[in-house]
Amino acid sequence: MLDAAWLRGLMVIQNTTPMRHVISLLIENESGALSRVSGLFSARGYNIESLTVAPTEDASLSRMTIVTTGSDDVVEQITKHLNKLVEVVKVVDLSESAHIERELMLVKVRATGKDREEVKRMADIFRGRIIDVTDTSYVIELTGNQAKLDSFVGAIEAGLILETVRSGICGVGRGDRVLKV
Amino acid sequence: MVITGAEIVIRCLQEEKVDYLFGYPGGAVLYIYDELFKQDKVRHVLVRHEQAAIHAADGYARSTEKVGVALVTSGPGATNAVTGIATAFCDSIPMVVISGQVPSAAIGQDAFQEVDTVGITRPCVKHNFLVRDVRDIAETIKKAFYLAKTGRPGPVLVDIPKDITAQKCEFVYPQTVSMRSYSPTVKGHHGQIKKALQLLLEAKRPMVYAGGGVVLGDAADKLTALVRKLGFPCTNTLMGLGGYPATDRQSLGMLGMHGNYEANMGMHYCDVLLAVGARFDDRVIGSPAHFASEPRKIIHIDIDPSSISKRVKVDVPIVGDVGEVLGELLALLDSTAEKPDQESLGGWWKQIDEWRRRDCLKFSQGEGLIKPQYVIQKLWEVTGGDAFVTSDVGQHQMWAAQYYKFDKPRRWVNSGGLGTMGFGLPAAMGVQLAHPGSPVACVTGEGSIQMNIQELSTCKQFRLPIKVILLNNGYLGMVRQWQELFHGNRYSESYMDALPDFSKLAAAYGHVGLRVDKPGDVEGALREAFKQKNDLVFLDFQVDATENVYPMVQGGKGLTDMILSAEDL
Repeated sequence: MLDAAWLRGLMVIQNTTPMRHVISLLIENESGALSRVSGLFSARGYNIESLTVAPTEDASLSRMTIVTTGSDDVVEQITKHLNKLVEVVKVVDLSESAHIERELMLVKVRATGKDREEVKRMADIFRGRIIDVTDTSYVIELTGNQAKLDSFVGAIEAGLILETVRSGICGVGRGDRVLKV
Repeated sequence: MVITGAEIVIRCLQEEKVDYLFGYPGGAVLYIYDELFKQDKVRHVLVRHEQAAIHAADGYARSTEKVGVALVTSGPGATNAVTGIATAFCDSIPMVVISGQVPSAAIGQDAFQEVDTVGITRPCVKHNFLVRDVRDIAETIKKAFYLAKTGRPGPVLVDIPKDITAQKCEFVYPQTVSMRSYSPTVKGHHGQIKKALQLLLEAKRPMVYAGGGVVLGDAADKLTALVRKLGFPCTNTLMGLGGYPATDRQSLGMLGMHGNYEANMGMHYCDVLLAVGARFDDRVIGSPAHFASEPRKIIHIDIDPSSISKRVKVDVPIVGDVGEVLGELLALLDSTAEKPDQESLGGWWKQIDEWRRRDCLKFSQGEGLIKPQYVIQKLWEVTGGDAFVTSDVGQHQMWAAQYYKFDKPRRWVNSGGLGTMGFGLPAAMGVQLAHPGSPVACVTGEGSIQMNIQELSTCKQFRLPIKVILLNNGYLGMVRQWQELFHGNRYSESYMDALPDFSKLAAAYGHVGLRVDKPGDVEGALREAFKQKNDLVFLDFQVDATENVYPMVQGGKGLTDMILSAEDL
């Protein structure tokens, strides 16, 4: 029975502060593998902030980076359940130690009149590149961690933004930490 | 040798030594059924509904150490199977389900009898496959059996499009399976096992809590040896009944929502808890917060890491096969001179015996209406405690679990996790086929039995002498009990009006049916029924409709907040 007392009980168990975690995993590059992962998150009520996936240098494997938030107990369960999926080969929680995160964003902005110069200047400051130009718009390509991309979006006048598309982050451990079969 | 996909499927089943295949034919599996017809090694059991095929395969698996196997067609065949698959998944039952699929080219075209079977079953299988090439059939089926029975067991589904079963290729059955992404831990961590033993030896108020993992892992002997050697009390979950002999003095019986007083109290007030193949389910410990309110050290042995520290924080986790780990614990215990603290243990047993004296399962059978508990008690006596008992879901299930004392594993077959009404009769078919000549009882209610009553026809066709023990109270008893206790006696839709005359219905299917309404006739009827070695006997016991299942811990309450009888209300 899902009642309040029971839920409170659950929260006592899991009341450590929710933290952002970046989980990286290698999974067999087979059809349906992605839905097993996303299905696991939705079925168990875990949260996905972003999920990226693509084949690795070994085409039989895909690498996934999942950003989630949860208490330590929840994240422990997430990694255990991911490991339990038959097609998952390896799982690491990158946020347990030093790692690098990068996300790609494409922003289409209105670029007319004085805004044209201002937008270009802003793209330069953020080390973005303008990769498409028309009389009235630019498409800016920007790479960085989530915070950097957020600040760029914040720095551009909201009315100028026509659309944004973000890839979700990719992550890799620093130094000797290698996720490999 | 070049053969068709359909023949490969059957050859694979033969290689896996499958003796019974439970199924129902249909368009997408016609080639497979054609091959089935041409051989006689794999015997097919034609059910009357696909759900029953899965439950029968499930009952077969639970009562043996083997994998249950079922075959269904695409679309409705597969969706009908889903309840059965989910039932097996919740209780970690090793099973392989083969489903037909529309031809490859028709997939995604909204073809006749097409559903996304792999998609629909994904959340309730251990793993599933869609075979896209005839050359993959053999390896996929090999993997399916391997996955189903290793690690934490579970159902595995193999979906095969019709055209693939008609194509031909060379057949070679792989001898081994290697999957880089799947290697369940079998051996427990030695250091952790040593730590566990130390805790057990230092315990003042120890308790062993054993679940279905002990039964599934065929570790009942090892558990019994360990518990006896330590002299500790042992309680079993609903799924773990038979994992430790219920008639043994050290057994405290079942714990949980309808568990024994002494088992729940012992579980709550112990200082060291050894959990073996169990998962601290909400029906077992009630509120985790309440459970955590009493300090105790917990050792948890389980093959599935995700079962550990899921609802309850554990001090000594041991991931591994329960049999392996218990074996190592036993060996360590044998090699040490240390013994558990006898003085504390003596005091703890005194306390437990005091709890026991509450005699929480007492009931009195008068002259009037038959008490359902009395029927189960007599069933236990008449069968010498040695029958295979399957059950459906509800009050009768709890009474069967409480009053039938299981001394051996794999004798008690019920849907614990999913709680599937309609499970009992088809499961009993699988059990009876696996154990011809052994007594098999299906304890059921008039609600549950009607969810798969069509299987009486299958029982006739395959001459299965199951004894159906119907505790007929005219209510969906467990629903009625909750409505009585928590919904002001408003019996919303829990009354069963217009019931059939079950004895006549059984007779119509060609079985023996008998209605029993006097307490004095219960034992005689049961004795007579079990004498019938070749016939299914359907006993319709008219029982006291007001009887409730006690003890009871209300959902979300603590284990020690027990209602012991109606007087406690």
